[in-house]
This record gives sequence, C-alpha cells and structure tokens, in this order.
Amino acid sequence: MKYIDEYRNKEIVLGLAEEIKKISTKKIRLMEVCGGHTMSIQKFGLPYLLPENVELISGPGCPVCVTSREFIDKAIVYSRMEDVIITTYGDLIRVPGSFSSLDQEKAKGADVRIVYSILDALMIAKKNRTKKVIFLGIGFETTAPASAAGILKARMAGLSNFYVYSAHKVMPPAMDTLIDEGVQIDGYIGPGHVSTITGEGIYMDIPKKYGLGVVISGFEPVDLMQSILMLVKQLEANDPKVEIQYKRVVKPEGNIKAQQMLDEVFTYGDDWWRGLGVLANSGLKIRDTYSMHDAEVQIPVKVAPPKEPKGCLCGEILKGVKKPKDCKLFAKVCTPSNPIGACMVSNEGSCAAYYLYNR
Amino acid sequence: MSKSDTILLGHGSGGKLSHDLIDSIFVKYFDNKYLQQQTDSAILNTEGKKIAFTTDSFVVDPIFFPGGNIGKLAIAGTVNDLAVSGAVPKYLSCGFIIEEGLPLKELEEVVKTMAYEAKKAGVVLVTGDTKVVDRGKCDKIYINTSGIGLLEDKYEGISTASQLKKGDKIIINGSIGDHGMAVMAARNDLNISADISSDCACLNTMIKEVLEASDGIRFMRDATRGGIGTVLSELAKTNNLGILIKEDKLIVNEGVKGICELLGFDPLYVANEGKVIFVVASEDAVKVVETLRKNEYGKEASIIGEISEDHNGTSWLETSVGGKRIIDMLSGQQLPRIC
Repeated sequence: MKYIDEYRNKEIVLGLAEEIKKISTKKIRLMEVCGGHTMSIQKFGLPYLLPENVELISGPGCPVCVTSREFIDKAIVYSRMEDVIITTYGDLIRVPGSFSSLDQEKAKGADVRIVYSILDALMIAKKNRTKKVIFLGIGFETTAPASAAGILKARMAGLSNFYVYSAHKVMPPAMDTLIDEGVQIDGYIGPGHVSTITGEGIYMDIPKKYGLGVVISGFEPVDLMQSILMLVKQLEANDPKVEIQYKRVVKPEGNIKAQQMLDEVFTYGDDWWRGLGVLANSGLKIRDTYSMHDAEVQIPVKVAPPKEPKGCLCGEILKGVKKPKDCKLFAKVCTPSNPIGACMVSNEGSCAAYYLYNR
Repeated sequence: MSKSDTILLGHGSGGKLSHDLIDSIFVKYFDNKYLQQQTDSAILNTEGKKIAFTTDSFVVDPIFFPGGNIGKLAIAGTVNDLAVSGAVPKYLSCGFIIEEGLPLKELEEVVKTMAYEAKKAGVVLVTGDTKVVDRGKCDKIYINTSGIGLLEDKYEGISTASQLKKGDKIIINGSIGDHGMAVMAARNDLNISADISSDCACLNTMIKEVLEASDGIRFMRDATRGGIGTVLSELAKTNNLGILIKEDKLIVNEGVKGICELLGFDPLYVANEGKVIFVVASEDAVKVVETLRKNEYGKEASIIGEISEDHNGTSWLETSVGGKRIIDMLSGQQLPRIC
C-alpha cells in the first residue's frame, strides 16, 4: 500500500534502531501518550529493536481506558430504555460496567449499534424519528470535533431525537498531572492524531515547566523509531523541546476549523480519568446553547456509585507506574474475551496490546 | 462482572470464545473419544475402513458476495474440512433453512452454484432437507452441509498433528484475509467499494496433488474463521511446540490491506475460505511449494515460517520491520456472519 509501506521499511527501521543504540548513553523512560502508539509499538514488536537503556511506557491516551465506569453504567441504563437506540464506536461495546456491558445488553435485546462515524448515527436518527438516538462520545481532541460536527449537523437538520452523551476529554491536563505526580518520564512521544487538531501549541509548557521534550509522532514503525531517536538526541544534548516528527499530517497551528467547531459546541469542565482521578478543565461538556442534544441534560439518569474491579491495575498502568505484566489478573483472570478492566478491551488499551503481542 | 450468561456474537467468531463454548458446553455433554480430538473431521473406523465425517453451517451475510455465494461456501467449507484431514471427499448432505419471502431465483442461483462446485470437486449431494421459517425468523437462507470422505491409513495422523517436528516448514497456498474483507466490503451499510474477491474454493484437488507429491505432509488445516493467526496459535498450544512466522512472507492483497487499515482489522485474524496451512517436513518444503504453484489455487504459495527450536507452546511473528510479537488466538469477535 503506497504511503504506508514506505513507513514500514525494514532497512530504515533497522537503521534507526542502530543509530539509537549508537548515540544513547542514558537510561531513559519515554512515554507514548497515545494508545494507538502503544498498539503499533507492540504490533510491530519495536521494543525488541531498542537497546536495554531505552524503555517505552504506555500512557493515558486510550479513550476507552480512561472513561469512567459511571459512564458505561449510565450508557447501559440508557440502552435498557424502550425508545432508545445506542450508537457507539466498536471498542466501547465490550467494556465492563459495574453490572453489565453493552454487548451483553445487546445480546439481551437492547438496540445497540456500532457505527464507524457519527454521521452513521445521524442517519439512524433520521430513519428512526420516534426513537431517541444516543451517540456515546468518547475520545480526545481527535474524535471530539466529529462529535461537535454531529451536533451542529443535527441542529441544522432539526434532528431533535439525536443526543450525544459526552465523555470527551483533552490531553494536556493529563500529561501535566503525570509529571506533577512524580511518574518517572524522560520524554513524551506526543499523540499524532490529537496534535493534528490542536497543533503543537498545547505542549509548549512541558519543556519550559518540566524540562521534558515532546516529539509528536506518526503511527508507523518508521515514525515511531524516528521519534524515539529525536527524543534520545534531545536528551543526550540536554535540549528539551517540542518537535513534530509527523510533519506530513500535523501542522504547528493544527486544524483551525476543527478547533473552532470544538469551541462552538463544547466548553471545558472537570472530568474523572481512570488512574488520575478528577482533573480540572480536562473534560469537554456540551455548551448550554446545544443542550437540546445533550443526553445528560435531556435524559438524566442516576446510577449507584460505580465500583472499580478489585485487583485491577488499569489505573496504575495508565499512569505508566505499572506494566500490564505486573497485574495479577493479567492474562489469567483478565483476558480480551473476559475483560475485567477497560485496558484489556480497547483496541488501544495497553493490556490488550501486551496480551495480543507481548506476553 | 463475571463471564457472560448469554450467547454473544463473539461465541461464533471461531476464536477464543468459540473454543471456550465448545469445551464448556458441547464437549462437556457430548464427550467421546472422537470429539476429544477436536479435528476438522472426525475419523471413524468402520469395519477396517477409515472414513472422515464432518459438518458445517453457513449463515453468511450477504448471501451473494464477490467471488462466490453462500452455496459455494457450503460446498467448499465441508469439502475442505474433509480434504485437510487427508481424506478424499465423497458424499455430502445439505440442509436448508429458508426465510419466507426469499425470491425463488436467488435460491435457484445458490443451488445451481452448489451443484457446479460439487461436480467440480467430485462429490455427490446424496441427501437433503428443507425447512421454511416465518419472515424475520432467519435471514434469507442458512445452509448446513455434512460430508463423508475416505481416508487412507497413512494419512490418519495429519488431522491430529501427531507427527510435527522441530524444523518442519509452514506453508500457505496464497494471500490471506480475502474472504473476510470481501464479505465485509459487500455489506451495504459500510459504503466501501473495493476490488476484493473472496478466495472461496474447493481445495481437495490441490491437496490431493500435494499428498501425491510428498510423504512429508505432517499437518493441514483450512484457515477459515479466526484466520491463520488462530490456526497457528492453536497448533502451537495443543502440541506444545514453538512456531515462528515471517510477516514479510505473508501476502496481503492491496484492497484487503486497505480495508484492514481503515477498520482496524489484523489480516492474521481475517477469515479465508480457500487457504490451507500446511506443515511439511523440511526436506520436502520446496517440492510442496512447487506442486502447489502448479494448481490454480496455489499460484502464490510460499514458505511462511517453521516449527522453531524455542517458544514452546506459543506462536511468534517476526514483524515486517524486524521486531517480534506473539500470535494469539482471536479474542472476542472480529466479524460476525462471515461464513
């Protein structure tokens, strides 16, 4: 496949690995913030190509993983309502809530539909005017603009039966909190898709405030190895800064139009992250102007305080403090077909990535 | 939350959940020495003659897709299950469950295809059954086929993989993931137009040619639901052997690669309906590849890996960029109603 194969070129990857080996003298831990990076790193077996002193740890950038059980529990309550159709991206459907999961509800008869785009959800709302169609909006700055666009379109088309249940989050507060909490990180492999929307500006504080470098990376093996090399070079030269490796996609200023849409529909609010707790201004809440499409406002539901599963280290793993293999449940009780924590379910979850590719 | 107390779509995926279901319900109650083998076909000893016996049901959606239809699948699936056991497929039965309202023309098209494929494969459809259910109680048409094949004594060990040795080569007869992605692309709700055709085909002639060319065929399995990943992982696990596959030897067609990238599927776990994993004695590997390449369904055959010295019980992939990762059984559901 042109435009992808070039970034999976063995000679280039091995050449980069060789250079990393040659110049890196310090023992360092680099965090890949984004779950997509974790999956790619494990899928291509990149840790086997790195010298022992360069360690990669996974971060909190897996949308499904950081989403609260309360969100899942509420979505399940919605799915049990007679006149509701739940629309969602695929990886949310198997995430365990406190008492069930969406795919179990689906098996019992709930109308839960997997969509690949919010536009599909709008179409479902259009075809089912007597039903309430709720789209489960999770994800970071990457997917949030699509949800914003969906809400704007629904409003324009007068689709009064379309709602978004938003657990959208923004990345920078989480990246700051990790360092504030003392997690040992020597540099960030910055999220490529988030930065496509936001641009590089959101990371500028990190080198200044914390003396850590951020390299915004693409998702192919060549991208990732090159980003690691760039961070190693920064560290060896004691010169932390924000750099873009993923230049073919990410512009320094980001996607202005998407940013405007985000700003039009959403406002910042405090939000709960698995592993990190409540972070100020880290969540995207639907503005009052668009509250007619806000599921939380229009169809309020209450659930009992959710319980995190006993023994599950998902939170610690999302912080980069523990690795999946440190968890007693990992690959024994907790597997992708019987996930205990969200990190084992999602396509971007570090437990799923380690289970699939690096046990 | 504990394991599900209801049947989930993932239970039909051919991966881990299917295996668990088979073990915890079917084998638990039906338990006998034939079933315990968990082979593609049961090998039965009837008055000195060995026969292979298998059954398979087909629920693919849509029933017509590029490269075939549900009828072609129903013949090829059962013929291939017999053939990979080392048997010569002979007789097939077919059961139809049809939804009220199915256009007769569509049924006729399916049946015509079945007759054509059966003739080509040298098997005879000797008995059948038809049921019609209310509209909405099944989706257009479901087909079950069962098959009987004759098995020579010397091939009895193939289906149980009892003679695998370190250094044996692993061979596949072409590209992977075509069937799954062809069906996926044919589904209307996805709005994908791609130039992909299912690899669905009866492979018994090709397999016969291979068995004639080499006495070193140690194992064969058609890599259907769950893809080659599930076959390889299962093979390593049940025989406590290590397997090492080289990703750059695997062929994935451009269209398949594209849809996999787009939808986040791993071609290793996407269904095939015309691909067989062969494990072959090292000294015969080249000969087997050459034999396969002469057949229309094996033109792109190649050695993709081997039974390795280490990693007992697990299957590994040397990735296209030189890294390494494990190949596990498909977990959960990749695609429902693919065959």
